This record gives sequence, C-alpha cells and structure tokens, in this order.
Amino acid sequence: MKRKNVKTIVLTTVCSMAAMAVMTGCGASGGGNNGEVIVYNWGEYIDPETIEMFEEETGIKVVYDEFETNEIMYPKVEAGASSYDVVCPSDYMISKMIENDLLAELNFDNMPNAKENIGEQYYEQSKGFDPENKYSVPYCWGTVGILYNKTMVDEPITCWAQLWDEKYADNILMQDSVRDAFMVAEKLNGFSMNTVDPAELEIAKNSLIEQKPLVQAYVIDQVRDKMIGNEAAIGVIYSGEAIYTQRENPDLEYVIPEEGTNVWIDSWVVLKNAPNKENAEKFIDFMCRPDIAVKNFEYITYSTPNEAARELIEDEDIKNSEIAFPDLSQYDNLEVFVYLGEEGDALYNEMWKEVKSN
Amino acid sequence: MKNMAKKIYIALIFIFLYAPIVTLMVLSFNASKTRAKWGGFTLKWYIELFQNRDIMEALWNTLLIAVISSLVATIIGTIACVSMSTMKRKSRSVLLGITNIPMLNADIVTGISLMLLFISFGFRFGLGTILMSHITFNIPYVILSVMPRMKQLNPSTYEAALDLGASHIMAFFKVIFPDLLPGIMSGLLMAFTMSLDDFIITHFTKGAGVDTLSTKIYTEVKKGIKPEMYALSTIIFVTVLLLLFLVNMSPAGKEEKVEKTEK
Amino acid sequence: MTSKSKWLSTPYVLWSVIFIIIPLGMIFYYGLTDKTGAFTLENIAAIMTAEHAKALWLSILLSFISTVICFLLAYPLAMILANMKVSQHSFIILIFILPMWMNFLLRTLAWQTLLEKTGVINNILTFLHLPNINIINTPYAIILGMVYNFLPFMVIPLYNVLSKIDENVINAAKDLGANNIYTFFRIILPLSIPGIISGITMVFVPALTTFVISTLLGGSKILLIGNVIEQEFTQASNWHLGSGLSIVLMIFIILNMVASAVFDKDGEGAML
Repeated sequence: MKRKNVKTIVLTTVCSMAAMAVMTGCGASGGGNNGEVIVYNWGEYIDPETIEMFEEETGIKVVYDEFETNEIMYPKVEAGASSYDVVCPSDYMISKMIENDLLAELNFDNMPNAKENIGEQYYEQSKGFDPENKYSVPYCWGTVGILYNKTMVDEPITCWAQLWDEKYADNILMQDSVRDAFMVAEKLNGFSMNTVDPAELEIAKNSLIEQKPLVQAYVIDQVRDKMIGNEAAIGVIYSGEAIYTQRENPDLEYVIPEEGTNVWIDSWVVLKNAPNKENAEKFIDFMCRPDIAVKNFEYITYSTPNEAARELIEDEDIKNSEIAFPDLSQYDNLEVFVYLGEEGDALYNEMWKEVKSN
Repeated sequence: MKNMAKKIYIALIFIFLYAPIVTLMVLSFNASKTRAKWGGFTLKWYIELFQNRDIMEALWNTLLIAVISSLVATIIGTIACVSMSTMKRKSRSVLLGITNIPMLNADIVTGISLMLLFISFGFRFGLGTILMSHITFNIPYVILSVMPRMKQLNPSTYEAALDLGASHIMAFFKVIFPDLLPGIMSGLLMAFTMSLDDFIITHFTKGAGVDTLSTKIYTEVKKGIKPEMYALSTIIFVTVLLLLFLVNMSPAGKEEKVEKTEK
Repeated sequence: MTSKSKWLSTPYVLWSVIFIIIPLGMIFYYGLTDKTGAFTLENIAAIMTAEHAKALWLSILLSFISTVICFLLAYPLAMILANMKVSQHSFIILIFILPMWMNFLLRTLAWQTLLEKTGVINNILTFLHLPNINIINTPYAIILGMVYNFLPFMVIPLYNVLSKIDENVINAAKDLGANNIYTFFRIILPLSIPGIISGITMVFVPALTTFVISTLLGGSKILLIGNVIEQEFTQASNWHLGSGLSIVLMIFIILNMVASAVFDKDGEGAML
C-alpha cells in the first residue's frame, strides 16, 4: 500500500511530463498552410498598421516575430528552429547567409514595386554584399557618423581623428560592436573597413587601445539617451537616430566624418527553406509600395531607399534633409560591410578582446 | 536606540531596492520618450498601453509561462529534495552538482543547447518549448531554497509518523510539508521571478510570433524602449503591492498571528 | 523508507537527463572539438591566453566582492527580520522579491538614469551642494549592479534558516552564561550554514557569468568572462571556443561545490 502511493506520485509526475512533451510534439505537423507568411524583423522596425493593411488586402495572415541583433537572429535561422519566410538582416549578415546557402533567389517579376520604386543607387550599394542583386531588396539604410553636442565642444567636429583628441577625454561614446568600432579606427588610418590584412588590423587595434582611456563608455543603443541627456560631448551613432535625437535636444549635430564611413543597408531576404515563398514575395512587394513605405518611414524614421516614397514625404525639411538622404555620389570613401569569413571574424574578434581587456 | 538602528538599516535597504522601481514609475508619466529628459507629465502611455494588443498578449504569455513553470518546477524540485535527503552522500552530491549547471551556464549557452535539443527531438517551437526550458532553469532555485529547510528537519518525526501507521504521503503532508512550506514558498517565488526575467533562453526556445514581456522589451532596445513598458511595470507593481497589503491585513492573517504567538 | 523514496527522485532524474545532461553533452561536444569536428583541447586551454585569464580573474574578483557585500548586508537584515516574528513568512519574502518582478533590463537602465553624470542622484547632490559621485562606467557600478540584482537571493535563504532556528536553543545558551557574540558564533552561525551555502551559490554562480550588468553599468570597458562567452557565441559565432570556456567555468563551480560540501559536513555535524 505504502509503496503504491510513492509510485503513484512518481507515475503522475512522469505522466504529466510526458503529456507536456506530447502536447508540444502534436503541433509539429501543423506547419504553415498557404494562407500565411512568417516575418522576422528588427524590433520596432515596421508600422504595425501596414501589417494589418497587408492582411486585409491579401488575406494572408502575417506571423510577425522580432529580433534584437543580427547576431542572435542568425543561430535561430541557421538551425531552422522556426521556419521563417522573410527576414530583414543587415548587409554583412546577408553576405554571410548567402555564403552559407540560407537564402532563396528572388523573382523580381513578382515584385514590380521592388523593381521600380527602390532607387538604383541602393541596388548599386547592395552589390557589395549581394553582387548580382539576386537575394535582397533594400528596406532601410543610413550612414554611421558622429553626433556631437555643440555646447560641449570647442570647434565643429568633422572627422574621426577628433575622437582621439585628449580634450574630450571621458566625453566620447564609442560603438560597442566589433565591426563598428574597428570601422572607425580603420577609416582613421585610411584602410578599407573590410580589410583582413593582419598588419592593418594591428594598427587599427593599437589606435583603439590608444583611444580607450578617453572613451567614457562603449555603448550600442544607449548613445541616443546619453547624448540627449548631455552625458557626453561626442558619440558614434547611426544616422537614423540623428533626426530623433536632434528633435529631443537641439544642441546636437550629426556629421559624416571626412575620412569616410559605413553605409549600412537592412534588406528583405527570403529564406531557402521558407514554407511560403510566394507570400513572402507578396509581402516584400507590398512593403515597397510607395504609400506603405512612406508610412513605415514616418514610423521608424530610418531613411528609406524607396524613391517614390520619398516624394510622398510631406515635411519638406526631412524630405531634403542632408542627414536622412545624403547624396551618396558626393562621397568617394563610403563602403558597405561585407562578411569576412570565419577566419576574418575570428581575427577581428581576437583583436577586439585585446582592446577590451587592455 | 537599538530598535532605531534596526529600523534605519531596514529603511536603507528598502531605499536601495526600490529606488530604481520608483524611477521606472516616474518615467511612466514622462511625456518625452527618452529616459534622459523630463518632457512634462502625461498619462498617454497608460492609454496607449491598454490599446496595445501585442503587449497585452505578451503579458498573458509571460504570466502563463511564469505560473506554470514555477509550479511544475516547485513540485519536481520539492520531490527531488525529499528523495535526495535519504540518498547516500555521493549520489546526492552528484545530483546537486547537476542541479546547479543550468544556473551556472551563461544563458546563451543554455539557450542554444536547449534549442538544439528541441530541434533534434523534432518539437515544434512555441509555448511548450519555452515552458520546458523555464522549468529546467527554475528547478535549481527551488532545490536551493528547499534544501536548507530539509536539512533542519528532524528525520525521526517522519519515521515516528510512519511507525504510527501513517502512509508516506500522509506522513509527508502532515509532518514534513508544513516545515518545508516556507522554503517551498520562497522557491516558488524565486522560480516565478527568474521566469519573468529571462530573455536569452526564451529567445532561442520560442516559436515565431510568441512573445513574452521580456522578449518584447529587449527587441525594443534598438529603437528605444517604449514608455508603455514603464507604465505596465508601474501597474504590475502597484497591483501586487496592494494585494500584498490586503492579504496581510485580512482576518485570516491575523488569526495566524495569534496562533503563532500562542505557540 | 530509503528504498521506496528512491522512486521519488525519478521525475527529477529523468528531467535532468533530458534537459541538463543531454544539452551538457552538446556543450562538451562543441567544447572538445574544433571546426572540422576533430578532438582538441585547444578550446579549454584557451582560458590561459592573457585576455581570457584576465577576464576570468576579473569575473571571479567582482562576483566574490559582490557575494561578500551581499552576505554582509543580508545577514543582519535576515536576523532582524527573523526576530520580528511576522506571521506572514511569504509577505517578507515577497517584499524583497517584488522589485525583481520588474524587468531586469528596465531596472538596470533605471540605475543608469540614477547614476549617470547628469543623473538623478547627482542632481540631488548638486541641489544639496554636495560633491557629485561618478561611479557609472567603473567596476564599482558593476558591483553595485550585481549586489542589487542578487541581494534578494541572499536574503531569502538566510531568512528561511534563521527563522527556523529554535529560540529555546539560543535562550538555553544564554542561560548557560554565553554572551551575545559567543552565542552568535557558536550557535546561530553554524545553524544557518545550509542557508548561507544556498545564498552564496545563488549569488556567486549567476554573478560569474553575467554580462548585461557590465555592459550597461560598466560602460562595457571591462571584459568579463560572461562577455567573452557571449561574444564567442554571437559576434564570432565560434561555438567551439564559447563552449570550451563554459566548460572551464563549470570546473570552477564544481570546485566551489566541493568546498561547500566540506562545510556542509560541518554544518550537519553541528546540528545532530
């Protein structure tokens, strides 16, 4: 009798565990029927209304999911944990995904809006990571530059070299990601930001180590709030944040440094094992429609590569803003990030650790 | 004098623990979207919060996962503690060591390894996979809270109960359980807390479109955290605090007090 | 009783095998192989490189200091609480755990708002004509963040054991002429050892691998072992090295466990 009781507890617990496993297992056959598209995008990177409009117009259900960084998106997509259709990674991540055969070729005939509305120069820039423009449709783009507080600096900031000026010790915010931080040092020394030459990297690394005592903090998204709050005089920031931060704190000014910088592009791609390819292309095409693109631009405030949408922007200041829409032909030292291969990544990472632990 | 010092000490600790919470509450009334600037008083984030279906859904998921995973973890963990107390030292040490592994591994390691596990089992990613991973990292907290109480137990009372003819289950509930209860409760609460807070493991084990508050907040970081989240935190905080005081003031609470003093 | 209650551990053992041991096997697989899948000890030995060793040392140092501070803050607190004789045990615990129900990221960002150069605390200090404090982006801020986030995990187990200690034992000691200090070191402290072990484990172990606190409050200027592992898994996508370093950490914890097992023996000895 006693023994039975103990066993009963054990059995019930084991059974309920098994039941849970079965519960989750059951769904496995569910998959996606033809009426849906699974989208994986950056957080807060779309106007939710546009998704509803898409669902209404096409009758396709959107399963929408968000990620925080390219880096934590990639393992999920690569492992195939959930079957996503459309993803919106950045430039270098797209070339990594192409190299690892994760992306499907797009059929631009199904996407007239993507073909016609996206500016030619953006497809041109995209060739850096997608050489034949086969896999990606640009969604948002921008530059990386310096945001500075006019009241806290003595002279206008114009170049990366000023981030090494001891005057601004403890007043500099650097980007806390390997590629962005090295980009600054590489451009400072006149190298390509996609270099894998160990000698050049060594020089860039030493520059970063030299700069470290002057840096107040290495941050990513906190640059925005810290600059608005007058915490630092100079910060490295994405252009998409510049308009917003200026609105909150009129003392702030954004510049593209003389030495050149990074043009980044976040593009729509479709995964090779996407269960709903057709719907995925419909979704991308919908997002390229001028009225939709302008809605999204107004929501996220990152520059849109959609020329037709830009025409629809009502605010003349923003439409002609040098920050949001710099004339790319004016600069000859802008580049896009390219995936450097496993060895390149390892080299950068090794050097970044040396900078950080110094 | 001594009492005064005690009170001041407790007050200081409370200020330390609650200062950031007060900051969050203040920010929820900030008209400006950035935490760095006070843009005037507003209630608009509260209004927007209730109109935001996504946040409400995430809140529901979060609570569901936290409640179920902490309950299951508490049951498994408590049973494990009871059984471990009778084990040989060696096997107990091994089991305890294993217990601590999920707590020790960096979240990202646990997250990725669980993701690979679920893929190899062919599970469909969704609420179920999140639940299983949360139970896994919750169990150590339960065991670590129940274990010290378990060690304080006097094993002879349990054996005495058995000798007097009680079944194992009855002996457990009548003799051991009441003594373990404080440990079980704190284990349950800690497990609940860990589950509420987790981001990385949830990220790797969730299915598309399933969100918890944590995953929502972390993904918002790139574009700036929406003040609705501050508003939601404030509401949760105030609600729990009110409930706490109500329960503590209730007659049932007083009765128990009397009982204890009589003891 | 022994033979039958062994059955009781089955659910947990089963659960551990599926959700802890198998994933652990994967970590060992990655940690002990290189990209080609060949066996190697390189990923383990990598801890010896200057950066990794320094990161590990700093992590141990910072978590150790935080654990000590947590303990010193929590023990008197737990004693005061245990003596208050509040009937609602859970009420006390909840009051301490409630701040942790607010999202971790929001809480840590709130600390940023409080501690920054132009932050709330400095504004108040300036208003009172007091000197400003500048600990943001320093190791002190990291310690503060760790203490803040893990303090409840020290307070609660201590409170649990202390409130269970039979008052008669203490009174008996005093009747026999023991003074307060003697009673504390010979009676109360030994009896609370199981709680101390739980508390230390729940503070030290998670603090060792945390990286968000050092990123947000330390200005990411200090590389901790948690940051390294996270970076290997994400930015470098080198799961092999990341796993290898995790294994090293596990060895550390096992040592920690062995040490606590030794104390444990004493604890039980004192009780029986």
